Amino acid sequence: MANHFFPAREKGEKIFLHFCGFSAYFTFCLVLLLFGFFLFFAFPLLKSGGYFLLLVTPWQPLAGNYGIAPMIAGTGVISLLAVCIAFPVSLGAAAFCEADLAHKNLVRWIRPVFQLMTGIPTVVYGFLAVFLLVPFLRKAMGGSGFSILAASLMLALLIAPTMILFFSDAFRAVPKEDLRAMTAMGARPEEKLVFLLLPRARSGIVAGLLLAAGRAVGDTLIALMLAGNSLAFPSSLTEPARTLTGHIALVMASDTQSPEFRSIFACGLTLYLITTLLIFFCRRLMVAERENG
Amino acid sequence: MRYIQKIFMLSFVMIFSFVVQVYAGESVSFKGKSGTLQIAGGTAHIPVMRDLARLVMTEAPSVRIAIAGGGSGVGIQKVGEGLVDIGNSGRRPTEREIESYGLVLYRWALDGVALAVHPSNPVDGLDAASLAAIYKGEIRNWKEVGGADRAITLYTRDAASGTREVFWTQALKKGEIVDTAHVVPSNGAMKTAIAQDPGAIGYVSVGHLEPGIKGLRFDGVMPGVDTVLSGAYTVSRGLYSSTKGEATGLAADFLNYLYTPEGQAIIREKGFIPAGRD
Repeated sequence: MANHFFPAREKGEKIFLHFCGFSAYFTFCLVLLLFGFFLFFAFPLLKSGGYFLLLVTPWQPLAGNYGIAPMIAGTGVISLLAVCIAFPVSLGAAAFCEADLAHKNLVRWIRPVFQLMTGIPTVVYGFLAVFLLVPFLRKAMGGSGFSILAASLMLALLIAPTMILFFSDAFRAVPKEDLRAMTAMGARPEEKLVFLLLPRARSGIVAGLLLAAGRAVGDTLIALMLAGNSLAFPSSLTEPARTLTGHIALVMASDTQSPEFRSIFACGLTLYLITTLLIFFCRRLMVAERENG
Repeated sequence: MRYIQKIFMLSFVMIFSFVVQVYAGESVSFKGKSGTLQIAGGTAHIPVMRDLARLVMTEAPSVRIAIAGGGSGVGIQKVGEGLVDIGNSGRRPTEREIESYGLVLYRWALDGVALAVHPSNPVDGLDAASLAAIYKGEIRNWKEVGGADRAITLYTRDAASGTREVFWTQALKKGEIVDTAHVVPSNGAMKTAIAQDPGAIGYVSVGHLEPGIKGLRFDGVMPGVDTVLSGAYTVSRGLYSSTKGEATGLAADFLNYLYTPEGQAIIREKGFIPAGRD
Protein backbone atom coordinates (compact mmCIF):
# COMPACT_ATOMS: atom_id res chain seq x y z
CA MET A 1 0.00 0.00 0.00
CA ALA A 2 1.12 3.50 0.68
CA ASN A 3 4.24 2.39 2.53
CA HIS A 4 6.02 1.89 -0.81
CA PHE A 5 6.23 5.64 -0.94
CA PHE A 6 6.53 6.48 2.71
CA PRO A 7 8.50 3.70 4.41
CA ALA A 8 6.91 3.33 7.83
CA ARG A 9 9.24 3.06 10.79
CA GLU A 10 7.01 2.73 13.79
CA LYS A 11 4.18 0.32 14.35
CA GLY A 12 1.66 3.06 15.12
CA GLU A 13 2.57 4.75 11.89
CA LYS A 14 1.99 1.51 9.99
CA ILE A 15 -1.43 1.03 11.52
CA PHE A 16 -2.34 4.58 10.63
CA LEU A 17 -1.23 4.09 7.02
CA HIS A 18 -3.20 0.87 6.74
CA PHE A 19 -6.25 2.57 8.19
CA CYS A 20 -6.03 5.40 5.67
CA GLY A 21 -5.48 2.93 2.84
CA PHE A 22 -8.46 0.88 3.97
CA SER A 23 -10.70 3.95 4.08
CA ALA A 24 -9.69 4.93 0.57
CA TYR A 25 -10.15 1.45 -0.90
CA PHE A 26 -13.42 0.94 0.96
CA THR A 27 -14.94 4.14 -0.43
CA PHE A 28 -13.65 3.29 -3.89
CA CYS A 29 -15.17 -0.18 -3.69
CA LEU A 30 -18.52 1.18 -2.49
CA VAL A 31 -18.81 3.40 -5.54
CA LEU A 32 -17.88 0.49 -7.81
CA LEU A 33 -20.36 -1.77 -6.02
CA LEU A 34 -23.09 0.82 -6.49
CA PHE A 35 -22.31 0.91 -10.19
CA GLY A 36 -22.30 -2.90 -10.33
CA PHE A 37 -25.65 -2.97 -8.54
CA PHE A 38 -27.10 -0.56 -11.08
CA LEU A 39 -25.77 -2.62 -13.98
CA PHE A 40 -27.10 -5.84 -12.47
CA PHE A 41 -30.63 -4.50 -12.07
CA ALA A 42 -30.59 -2.52 -15.29
CA PHE A 43 -29.22 -5.39 -17.37
CA PRO A 44 -32.63 -6.76 -18.49
CA LEU A 45 -33.67 -3.22 -19.33
CA LEU A 46 -30.49 -2.48 -21.26
CA LYS A 47 -30.48 -5.81 -23.10
CA SER A 48 -34.00 -5.42 -24.42
CA GLY A 49 -33.38 -1.76 -25.29
CA GLY A 50 -36.26 -0.90 -22.93
CA TYR A 51 -34.13 1.64 -21.12
CA PHE A 52 -33.84 3.82 -24.19
CA LEU A 53 -37.55 3.49 -24.85
CA LEU A 54 -38.28 4.69 -21.30
CA LEU A 55 -36.14 7.76 -21.95
CA VAL A 56 -38.46 9.00 -24.68
CA THR A 57 -41.95 7.92 -23.53
CA PRO A 58 -44.28 9.73 -21.10
CA TRP A 59 -45.57 8.43 -17.75
CA GLN A 60 -49.13 7.13 -18.23
CA PRO A 61 -49.61 4.10 -15.97
CA LEU A 62 -53.23 3.64 -17.07
CA ALA A 63 -52.11 3.37 -20.69
CA GLY A 64 -49.19 1.11 -19.76
CA ASN A 65 -46.51 3.76 -20.37
CA TYR A 66 -43.91 4.11 -17.65
CA GLY A 67 -41.45 6.38 -19.45
CA ILE A 68 -39.45 9.13 -17.79
CA ALA A 69 -39.14 11.67 -20.60
CA PRO A 70 -41.09 14.43 -18.76
CA MET A 71 -38.91 13.95 -15.68
CA ILE A 72 -35.69 14.17 -17.68
CA ALA A 73 -36.98 17.40 -19.21
CA GLY A 74 -38.03 18.63 -15.76
CA THR A 75 -34.63 17.94 -14.23
CA GLY A 76 -32.92 19.51 -17.25
CA VAL A 77 -34.95 22.71 -17.28
CA ILE A 78 -34.96 23.25 -13.50
CA SER A 79 -31.22 22.58 -13.07
CA LEU A 80 -30.21 24.60 -16.12
CA LEU A 81 -32.30 27.58 -15.05
CA ALA A 82 -30.92 27.36 -11.50
CA VAL A 83 -27.35 27.34 -12.80
CA CYS A 84 -28.08 30.25 -15.15
CA ILE A 85 -29.47 32.30 -12.26
CA ALA A 86 -26.79 31.34 -9.76
CA PHE A 87 -23.74 31.62 -12.02
CA PRO A 88 -23.60 35.40 -12.67
CA VAL A 89 -24.56 36.17 -9.07
CA SER A 90 -21.92 33.81 -7.70
CA LEU A 91 -19.22 35.06 -10.04
CA GLY A 92 -20.03 38.62 -9.03
CA ALA A 93 -20.00 37.79 -5.33
CA ALA A 94 -16.70 35.90 -5.57
CA ALA A 95 -15.08 38.70 -7.58
CA PHE A 96 -16.40 41.27 -5.10
CA CYS A 97 -14.75 39.41 -2.23
CA GLU A 98 -11.48 38.39 -3.85
CA ALA A 99 -10.56 41.11 -6.37
CA ASP A 100 -10.00 44.00 -3.95
CA LEU A 101 -13.38 45.44 -4.90
CA ALA A 102 -14.66 45.32 -1.33
CA HIS A 103 -13.22 46.51 1.94
CA LYS A 104 -11.20 43.74 3.62
CA ASN A 105 -13.21 43.97 6.84
CA LEU A 106 -16.43 43.50 4.92
CA VAL A 107 -15.05 40.37 3.26
CA ARG A 108 -14.12 38.99 6.68
CA TRP A 109 -17.81 39.11 7.54
CA ILE A 110 -19.28 38.00 4.23
CA ARG A 111 -17.22 34.89 3.58
CA PRO A 112 -18.29 33.03 6.75
CA VAL A 113 -21.90 33.70 5.77
CA PHE A 114 -21.34 31.94 2.43
CA GLN A 115 -19.70 29.07 4.26
CA LEU A 116 -22.64 28.86 6.63
CA MET A 117 -25.06 28.86 3.71
CA THR A 118 -23.50 25.70 2.26
CA GLY A 119 -24.60 23.86 5.39
CA ILE A 120 -28.27 24.87 5.47
CA PRO A 121 -30.43 21.77 4.92
CA THR A 122 -32.44 21.90 1.70
CA VAL A 123 -35.67 21.15 3.56
CA VAL A 124 -35.33 24.52 5.32
CA TYR A 125 -35.11 26.32 1.99
CA GLY A 126 -38.06 24.31 0.70
CA PHE A 127 -40.18 24.95 3.76
CA LEU A 128 -39.55 28.70 3.73
CA ALA A 129 -40.25 28.89 0.01
CA VAL A 130 -43.61 27.13 0.37
CA PHE A 131 -44.77 29.92 2.68
CA LEU A 132 -42.96 32.91 1.15
CA LEU A 133 -41.90 32.39 -2.46
CA VAL A 134 -44.80 30.26 -3.72
CA PRO A 135 -47.58 32.71 -2.67
CA PHE A 136 -45.52 35.58 -4.10
CA LEU A 137 -45.12 33.84 -7.46
CA ARG A 138 -48.82 32.93 -7.49
CA LYS A 139 -49.78 36.60 -7.13
CA ALA A 140 -47.09 37.87 -9.49
CA MET A 141 -47.28 35.29 -12.28
CA GLY A 142 -50.60 33.50 -11.87
CA GLY A 143 -50.98 29.73 -11.72
CA SER A 144 -50.51 27.91 -8.44
CA GLY A 145 -47.02 29.20 -7.67
CA PHE A 146 -45.68 25.65 -7.47
CA SER A 147 -43.61 25.86 -10.61
CA ILE A 148 -40.33 25.35 -12.40
CA LEU A 149 -39.48 28.95 -11.57
CA ALA A 150 -40.02 28.49 -7.82
CA ALA A 151 -37.83 25.38 -7.74
CA SER A 152 -35.13 26.98 -9.90
CA LEU A 153 -34.92 30.12 -7.75
CA MET A 154 -34.51 28.13 -4.54
CA LEU A 155 -32.07 25.71 -6.19
CA ALA A 156 -30.05 28.73 -7.33
CA LEU A 157 -29.90 29.90 -3.73
CA LEU A 158 -28.83 26.41 -2.70
CA ILE A 159 -25.97 26.06 -5.17
CA ALA A 160 -24.75 29.68 -5.13
CA PRO A 161 -22.59 29.35 -1.97
CA THR A 162 -20.85 26.27 -3.41
CA MET A 163 -20.07 28.22 -6.58
CA ILE A 164 -18.94 31.31 -4.68
CA LEU A 165 -16.51 29.38 -2.50
CA PHE A 166 -15.17 27.47 -5.49
CA PHE A 167 -14.72 30.64 -7.53
CA SER A 168 -13.09 32.42 -4.58
CA ASP A 169 -10.55 29.61 -4.23
CA ALA A 170 -9.85 29.77 -7.95
CA PHE A 171 -9.19 33.53 -7.67
CA ARG A 172 -6.97 33.02 -4.64
CA ALA A 173 -4.87 30.45 -6.49
CA VAL A 174 -3.68 33.12 -8.93
CA PRO A 175 -0.07 33.98 -7.91
CA LYS A 176 0.16 37.10 -5.76
CA GLU A 177 3.32 38.17 -7.67
CA ASP A 178 1.34 38.57 -10.88
CA LEU A 179 -1.27 40.64 -9.07
CA ARG A 180 1.40 42.85 -7.52
CA ALA A 181 3.07 43.28 -10.90
CA MET A 182 -0.20 44.50 -12.37
CA THR A 183 -0.76 46.80 -9.41
CA ALA A 184 2.74 48.20 -9.93
CA MET A 185 1.84 48.97 -13.52
CA GLY A 186 -1.11 50.98 -12.26
CA ALA A 187 -3.95 48.56 -12.96
CA ARG A 188 -7.26 49.21 -11.21
CA PRO A 189 -8.98 46.31 -9.36
CA GLU A 190 -11.53 45.93 -12.18
CA GLU A 191 -8.72 45.62 -14.75
CA LYS A 192 -6.94 43.03 -12.64
CA LEU A 193 -10.20 41.06 -12.46
CA VAL A 194 -10.96 41.13 -16.18
CA PHE A 195 -7.41 40.71 -17.58
CA LEU A 196 -5.72 38.54 -14.97
CA LEU A 197 -8.05 36.83 -12.47
CA LEU A 198 -10.85 35.71 -14.78
CA PRO A 199 -8.62 34.21 -17.52
CA ARG A 200 -6.34 32.47 -15.00
CA ALA A 201 -9.18 31.12 -12.90
CA ARG A 202 -11.14 29.83 -15.89
CA SER A 203 -10.77 26.12 -15.23
CA GLY A 204 -11.60 26.59 -11.56
CA ILE A 205 -14.72 28.52 -12.50
CA VAL A 206 -15.88 25.85 -14.94
CA ALA A 207 -15.16 23.12 -12.39
CA GLY A 208 -17.23 24.95 -9.77
CA LEU A 209 -20.00 25.42 -12.30
CA LEU A 210 -20.11 21.71 -13.13
CA LEU A 211 -20.05 20.63 -9.48
CA ALA A 212 -22.86 23.03 -8.65
CA ALA A 213 -24.80 21.73 -11.65
CA GLY A 214 -24.33 18.22 -10.26
CA ARG A 215 -25.73 19.35 -6.95
CA ALA A 216 -28.72 20.97 -8.67
CA VAL A 217 -29.46 17.78 -10.62
CA GLY A 218 -29.15 15.61 -7.52
CA ASP A 219 -31.17 17.67 -5.08
CA THR A 220 -34.51 16.08 -4.25
CA LEU A 221 -36.42 17.99 -1.62
CA ILE A 222 -36.53 21.45 -3.17
CA ALA A 223 -38.01 20.16 -6.40
CA LEU A 224 -40.32 17.79 -4.53
CA MET A 225 -41.66 20.58 -2.33
CA LEU A 226 -41.78 23.41 -4.88
CA ALA A 227 -41.96 22.15 -8.45
CA GLY A 228 -45.53 20.82 -8.25
CA ASN A 229 -44.49 17.36 -9.50
CA SER A 230 -47.05 17.19 -12.30
CA LEU A 231 -46.55 14.48 -14.88
CA ALA A 232 -47.06 16.62 -17.97
CA PHE A 233 -44.13 17.59 -20.16
CA PRO A 234 -42.99 21.04 -18.90
CA SER A 235 -44.39 23.75 -21.14
CA SER A 236 -43.73 27.05 -19.34
CA LEU A 237 -41.67 28.32 -16.43
CA THR A 238 -44.77 29.09 -14.37
CA GLU A 239 -46.12 25.55 -14.88
CA PRO A 240 -45.30 22.66 -12.55
CA ALA A 241 -42.90 19.88 -13.54
CA ARG A 242 -41.42 16.75 -12.00
CA THR A 243 -37.72 15.95 -11.64
CA LEU A 244 -36.04 12.54 -11.77
CA THR A 245 -35.21 12.70 -8.06
CA GLY A 246 -38.75 13.78 -7.18
CA HIS A 247 -40.12 10.91 -9.26
CA ILE A 248 -38.05 8.37 -7.34
CA ALA A 249 -39.30 9.86 -4.08
CA LEU A 250 -42.95 9.80 -5.17
CA VAL A 251 -43.22 6.36 -6.72
CA MET A 252 -42.83 3.67 -4.14
CA ALA A 253 -42.22 0.36 -5.82
CA SER A 254 -41.41 -2.69 -3.76
CA ASP A 255 -42.10 -5.32 -6.41
CA THR A 256 -38.87 -5.68 -8.41
CA GLN A 257 -40.76 -7.12 -11.38
CA SER A 258 -43.20 -4.24 -11.74
CA PRO A 259 -42.88 -1.67 -14.53
CA GLU A 260 -42.85 1.08 -11.87
CA PHE A 261 -39.72 -0.42 -10.36
CA ARG A 262 -38.01 -0.62 -13.73
CA SER A 263 -38.91 2.98 -14.40
CA ILE A 264 -37.51 4.13 -11.04
CA PHE A 265 -34.39 2.21 -11.91
CA ALA A 266 -34.09 3.98 -15.21
CA CYS A 267 -34.34 7.26 -13.27
CA GLY A 268 -31.54 6.23 -10.92
CA LEU A 269 -29.33 5.07 -13.77
CA THR A 270 -29.94 8.30 -15.67
CA LEU A 271 -29.04 10.39 -12.61
CA TYR A 272 -25.92 8.30 -12.07
CA LEU A 273 -24.87 8.80 -15.67
CA ILE A 274 -25.51 12.57 -15.60
CA THR A 275 -23.48 13.00 -12.40
CA THR A 276 -20.68 10.79 -13.70
CA LEU A 277 -20.49 12.78 -16.91
CA LEU A 278 -20.40 16.10 -15.01
CA ILE A 279 -17.57 14.89 -12.75
CA PHE A 280 -15.76 13.40 -15.74
CA PHE A 281 -15.76 16.73 -17.60
CA CYS A 282 -14.81 18.54 -14.42
CA ARG A 283 -11.73 16.33 -14.02
CA ARG A 284 -10.80 16.54 -17.69
CA LEU A 285 -10.75 20.30 -17.41
CA MET A 286 -8.59 20.34 -14.31
CA VAL A 287 -6.12 17.82 -15.75
CA ALA A 288 -5.92 19.72 -19.04
CA GLU A 289 -5.27 22.93 -17.15
CA ARG A 290 -2.48 21.35 -15.12
CA GLU A 291 -0.78 20.04 -18.26
CA ASN A 292 -0.95 23.39 -19.98
CA GLY A 293 0.73 24.92 -16.96
CA MET B 1 -46.25 34.83 14.80
CA ARG B 2 -48.86 32.26 13.81
CA TYR B 3 -46.19 29.81 12.61
CA ILE B 4 -44.26 30.13 15.83
CA GLN B 5 -47.42 29.36 17.74
CA LYS B 6 -48.06 26.41 15.47
CA ILE B 7 -44.56 25.06 16.04
CA PHE B 8 -45.02 25.38 19.79
CA MET B 9 -48.37 23.65 19.60
CA LEU B 10 -46.91 20.89 17.45
CA SER B 11 -44.01 20.21 19.76
CA PHE B 12 -46.38 20.24 22.71
CA VAL B 13 -48.67 17.72 21.02
CA MET B 14 -45.70 15.53 20.10
CA ILE B 15 -44.33 15.49 23.62
CA PHE B 16 -47.80 14.92 25.02
CA SER B 17 -48.57 12.02 22.67
CA PHE B 18 -45.24 10.48 23.59
CA VAL B 19 -46.15 10.64 27.27
CA VAL B 20 -49.56 9.15 26.54
CA GLN B 21 -48.04 6.31 24.56
CA VAL B 22 -45.54 5.42 27.27
CA TYR B 23 -48.34 5.47 29.80
CA ALA B 24 -50.57 3.30 27.61
CA GLY B 25 -47.79 0.80 27.18
CA GLU B 26 -47.77 0.14 30.89
CA SER B 27 -51.47 -0.49 31.10
CA VAL B 28 -51.61 -3.44 28.66
CA SER B 29 -50.67 -6.97 29.56
CA PHE B 30 -48.00 -8.25 27.21
CA LYS B 31 -45.61 -8.61 30.15
CA GLY B 32 -43.70 -11.85 30.25
CA LYS B 33 -44.96 -13.04 26.87
CA SER B 34 -42.64 -14.16 24.12
CA GLY B 35 -42.77 -15.39 20.54
CA THR B 36 -42.83 -13.97 17.05
CA LEU B 37 -45.63 -12.36 15.08
CA GLN B 38 -45.50 -11.96 11.31
CA ILE B 39 -47.67 -9.29 9.71
CA ALA B 40 -47.91 -8.40 6.02
CA GLY B 41 -50.16 -6.65 3.53
CA GLY B 42 -51.78 -3.23 3.14
CA THR B 43 -49.47 -0.25 3.40
CA ALA B 44 -52.10 2.06 4.96
CA HIS B 45 -52.05 -0.14 8.08
CA ILE B 46 -48.32 0.10 8.59
CA PRO B 47 -48.07 3.36 10.63
CA VAL B 48 -50.63 2.11 13.17
CA MET B 49 -49.21 -1.41 13.32
CA ARG B 50 -45.67 -0.12 13.69
CA ASP B 51 -46.51 2.13 16.63
CA LEU B 52 -48.48 -0.62 18.28
CA ALA B 53 -45.67 -3.13 17.72
CA ARG B 54 -43.17 -0.72 19.22
CA LEU B 55 -45.28 -0.43 22.35
CA VAL B 56 -45.64 -4.18 22.68
CA MET B 57 -41.96 -4.89 22.08
CA THR B 58 -40.90 -2.21 24.57
CA GLU B 59 -43.04 -3.87 27.18
CA ALA B 60 -42.17 -7.46 26.31
CA PRO B 61 -38.63 -7.48 24.86
CA SER B 62 -38.80 -11.17 23.94
CA VAL B 63 -41.72 -10.60 21.59
CA ARG B 64 -40.65 -10.07 17.96
CA ILE B 65 -43.08 -8.46 15.56
CA ALA B 66 -42.21 -8.17 11.89
CA ILE B 67 -44.36 -5.93 9.71
CA ALA B 68 -44.12 -6.04 5.92
CA GLY B 69 -46.01 -4.24 3.16
CA GLY B 70 -46.87 -5.79 -0.17
CA GLY B 71 -50.41 -4.52 -0.62
CA SER B 72 -53.87 -5.81 0.25
CA GLY B 73 -53.85 -8.72 -2.17
CA VAL B 74 -50.52 -9.98 -0.89
CA GLY B 75 -51.72 -9.67 2.72
CA ILE B 76 -54.78 -11.84 2.13
CA GLN B 77 -52.84 -14.39 0.11
CA LYS B 78 -50.02 -14.70 2.63
CA VAL B 79 -52.23 -15.13 5.67
CA GLY B 80 -54.41 -17.57 3.74
CA GLU B 81 -51.43 -19.76 2.88
CA GLY B 82 -50.15 -19.62 6.45
CA LEU B 83 -47.01 -17.64 5.62
CA VAL B 84 -47.86 -14.86 8.09
CA ASP B 85 -49.97 -14.66 11.24
CA ILE B 86 -51.91 -11.51 10.34
CA GLY B 87 -52.73 -10.30 6.83
CA ASN B 88 -53.73 -6.67 6.35
CA SER B 89 -55.99 -5.43 3.59
CA GLY B 90 -57.46 -2.06 2.69
CA ARG B 91 -60.61 -3.82 1.46
CA ARG B 92 -62.94 -6.48 2.77
CA PRO B 93 -61.65 -9.86 1.56
CA THR B 94 -64.13 -11.36 -0.93
CA GLU B 95 -66.51 -14.12 0.18
CA ARG B 96 -64.51 -16.54 -1.95
CA GLU B 97 -61.27 -15.62 -0.20
CA ILE B 98 -62.88 -15.87 3.23
CA GLU B 99 -64.33 -19.27 2.44
CA SER B 100 -61.39 -20.89 0.68
CA TYR B 101 -58.80 -19.71 3.20
CA GLY B 102 -61.04 -19.85 6.29
CA LEU B 103 -60.30 -16.25 7.19
CA VAL B 104 -61.56 -14.43 10.26
CA LEU B 105 -61.84 -10.67 9.72
CA TYR B 106 -61.02 -7.89 12.13
CA ARG B 107 -62.08 -4.47 10.87
CA TRP B 108 -60.57 -1.91 13.19
CA ALA B 109 -60.69 1.41 11.37
CA LEU B 110 -62.38 3.36 8.60
CA ASP B 111 -60.45 5.52 6.19
CA GLY B 112 -62.56 8.23 4.59
CA VAL B 113 -61.31 10.68 2.00
CA ALA B 114 -62.71 14.21 1.86
CA LEU B 115 -62.61 16.68 -1.02
CA ALA B 116 -61.07 19.93 0.14
CA VAL B 117 -60.84 23.49 -1.20
CA HIS B 118 -59.59 26.87 0.02
CA PRO B 119 -61.84 28.33 2.79
CA SER B 120 -62.63 31.39 0.63
CA ASN B 121 -64.12 29.21 -2.13
CA PRO B 122 -67.94 29.67 -2.25
CA VAL B 123 -68.49 26.20 -3.75
CA ASP B 124 -69.95 23.88 -1.09
CA GLY B 125 -70.26 20.59 -2.88
CA LEU B 126 -69.72 18.66 -6.11
CA ASP B 127 -71.43 15.69 -7.66
CA ALA B 128 -69.54 12.71 -9.00
CA ALA B 129 -69.90 13.82 -12.62
CA SER B 130 -68.47 17.33 -12.16
CA LEU B 131 -65.68 15.96 -9.98
CA ALA B 132 -64.71 13.46 -12.66
CA ALA B 133 -64.77 16.25 -15.28
CA ILE B 134 -62.60 18.46 -13.07
CA TYR B 135 -59.99 15.75 -12.56
CA LYS B 136 -60.12 14.82 -16.24
CA GLY B 137 -59.21 18.43 -17.02
CA GLU B 138 -62.48 19.19 -18.84
CA ILE B 139 -63.74 21.71 -16.28
CA ARG B 140 -60.96 24.22 -15.68
CA ASN B 141 -62.71 27.17 -14.04
CA TRP B 142 -64.62 27.38 -10.77
CA LYS B 143 -67.43 29.39 -12.42
CA GLU B 144 -68.48 26.28 -14.36
CA VAL B 145 -69.46 24.61 -11.07
CA GLY B 146 -71.01 27.67 -9.43
CA GLY B 147 -67.92 29.31 -8.04
CA ALA B 148 -65.97 32.49 -8.74
CA ASP B 149 -64.25 33.16 -12.07
CA ARG B 150 -60.97 31.57 -11.10
CA ALA B 151 -58.83 28.84 -12.64
CA ILE B 152 -58.96 25.47 -10.87
CA THR B 153 -55.63 24.17 -9.58
CA LEU B 154 -55.71 20.39 -9.30
CA TYR B 155 -53.82 18.64 -6.55
CA THR B 156 -53.43 14.88 -6.29
CA ARG B 157 -51.27 12.44 -4.35
CA ASP B 158 -48.38 10.18 -5.35
CA ALA B 159 -49.12 6.73 -6.76
CA ALA B 160 -48.17 4.96 -3.52
CA SER B 161 -50.77 6.84 -1.48
CA GLY B 162 -53.62 4.89 0.11
CA THR B 163 -55.63 8.10 0.25
CA ARG B 164 -55.25 8.43 -3.51
CA GLU B 165 -56.32 4.82 -3.97
CA VAL B 166 -59.59 5.39 -2.05
CA PHE B 167 -60.25 8.68 -3.82
CA TRP B 168 -59.49 7.28 -7.25
CA THR B 169 -61.57 4.11 -6.92
CA GLN B 170 -64.54 5.47 -4.90
CA ALA B 171 -64.90 9.10 -5.96
CA LEU B 172 -63.45 9.09 -9.49
CA LYS B 173 -64.54 5.51 -10.23
CA LYS B 174 -61.04 4.91 -11.60
CA GLY B 175 -61.41 7.82 -14.01
CA GLU B 176 -58.52 9.65 -15.56
CA ILE B 177 -56.46 12.23 -13.62
CA VAL B 178 -55.04 14.77 -16.05
CA ASP B 179 -51.24 14.83 -16.14
CA THR B 180 -50.98 18.56 -15.42
CA ALA B 181 -52.28 18.00 -11.87
CA HIS B 182 -49.89 18.94 -9.06
CA VAL B 183 -48.65 15.96 -7.08
CA VAL B 184 -47.91 16.32 -3.36
CA PRO B 185 -46.18 13.66 -1.28
CA SER B 186 -48.31 13.64 1.90
CA ASN B 187 -51.62 14.60 3.55
CA GLY B 188 -49.72 17.40 5.31
CA ALA B 189 -48.31 18.82 2.09
CA MET B 190 -51.81 18.62 0.57
CA LYS B 191 -53.26 20.69 3.44
CA THR B 192 -50.50 23.31 3.14
CA ALA B 193 -50.99 23.62 -0.61
CA ILE B 194 -54.80 23.91 -0.43
CA ALA B 195 -54.73 26.32 2.52
CA GLN B 196 -52.66 28.74 0.47
CA ASP B 197 -54.11 28.44 -3.00
CA PRO B 198 -57.57 30.06 -3.54
CA GLY B 199 -58.11 28.04 -6.73
CA ALA B 200 -57.13 24.69 -5.25
CA ILE B 201 -59.02 21.43 -5.11
CA GLY B 202 -57.57 18.33 -3.54
CA TYR B 203 -58.39 15.53 -1.13
CA VAL B 204 -57.27 14.52 2.33
CA SER B 205 -58.00 11.75 4.79
CA VAL B 206 -61.11 12.72 6.81
CA GLY B 207 -58.98 12.76 9.95
CA HIS B 208 -56.95 15.58 8.40
CA LEU B 209 -59.84 18.00 7.79
CA GLU B 210 -59.18 21.18 9.77
CA PRO B 211 -60.19 24.87 9.77
CA GLY B 212 -57.45 25.95 7.31
CA ILE B 213 -59.15 24.03 4.51
CA LYS B 214 -62.79 23.49 3.61
CA GLY B 215 -64.34 20.06 3.13
CA LEU B 216 -66.78 19.69 0.23
CA ARG B 217 -70.04 17.77 0.11
CA PHE B 218 -69.69 14.86 -2.31
CA ASP B 219 -73.02 13.94 -3.95
CA GLY B 220 -74.70 15.98 -1.21
CA VAL B 221 -73.07 14.28 1.77
CA MET B 222 -70.68 16.13 4.06
CA PRO B 223 -67.53 14.14 4.85
CA GLY B 224 -66.98 13.57 8.54
CA VAL B 225 -66.39 10.94 11.15
CA ASP B 226 -70.14 10.41 11.68
CA THR B 227 -71.13 10.16 8.00
CA VAL B 228 -68.26 7.78 7.29
CA LEU B 229 -69.27 5.62 10.27
CA SER B 230 -72.91 5.57 9.19
CA GLY B 231 -71.95 4.67 5.63
CA ALA B 232 -73.67 7.75 4.15
CA TYR B 233 -70.37 9.11 2.90
CA THR B 234 -69.18 6.60 0.35
CA VAL B 235 -65.62 7.67 -0.37
CA SER B 236 -64.24 5.42 2.33
CA ARG B 237 -62.99 1.96 3.05
CA GLY B 238 -62.40 -0.26 6.02
CA LEU B 239 -58.97 -1.27 7.22
CA TYR B 240 -59.04 -4.99 7.81
CA SER B 241 -56.71 -7.48 9.42
CA SER B 242 -57.37 -11.16 8.89
CA THR B 243 -56.21 -14.36 10.50
CA LYS B 244 -56.52 -17.94 9.26
CA GLY B 245 -59.10 -19.26 11.67
CA GLU B 246 -59.91 -17.59 14.97
CA ALA B 247 -56.86 -15.62 16.20
CA THR B 248 -54.91 -17.25 19.03
CA GLY B 249 -52.02 -16.33 21.29
CA LEU B 250 -49.98 -13.28 20.39
CA ALA B 251 -52.01 -12.53 17.27
CA ALA B 252 -55.24 -12.40 19.32
CA ASP B 253 -53.63 -10.15 21.94
CA PHE B 254 -52.22 -7.87 19.27
CA LEU B 255 -55.54 -7.55 17.41
CA ASN B 256 -57.49 -7.00 20.63
CA TYR B 257 -55.07 -4.23 21.50
CA LEU B 258 -56.41 -2.32 18.44
CA TYR B 259 -59.84 -2.07 20.12
CA THR B 260 -58.54 -0.74 23.45
CA PRO B 261 -58.55 3.03 24.14
CA GLU B 262 -54.74 3.07 23.69
CA GLY B 263 -54.98 1.35 20.32
CA GLN B 264 -57.78 3.65 19.20
CA ALA B 265 -55.73 6.69 20.19
CA ILE B 266 -52.98 5.53 17.83
CA ILE B 267 -55.53 4.85 15.08
CA ARG B 268 -56.92 8.38 15.51
CA GLU B 269 -53.42 9.88 15.63
CA LYS B 270 -52.62 8.31 12.24
CA GLY B 271 -55.69 9.94 10.68
CA PHE B 272 -58.12 6.99 10.68
CA ILE B 273 -61.48 6.49 12.37
CA PRO B 274 -61.52 3.68 14.93
CA ALA B 275 -64.30 1.21 14.18
CA GLY B 276 -65.68 -2.04 15.51
CA ARG B 277 -65.67 -5.39 13.68
CA ASP B 278 -68.28 -5.63 10.97
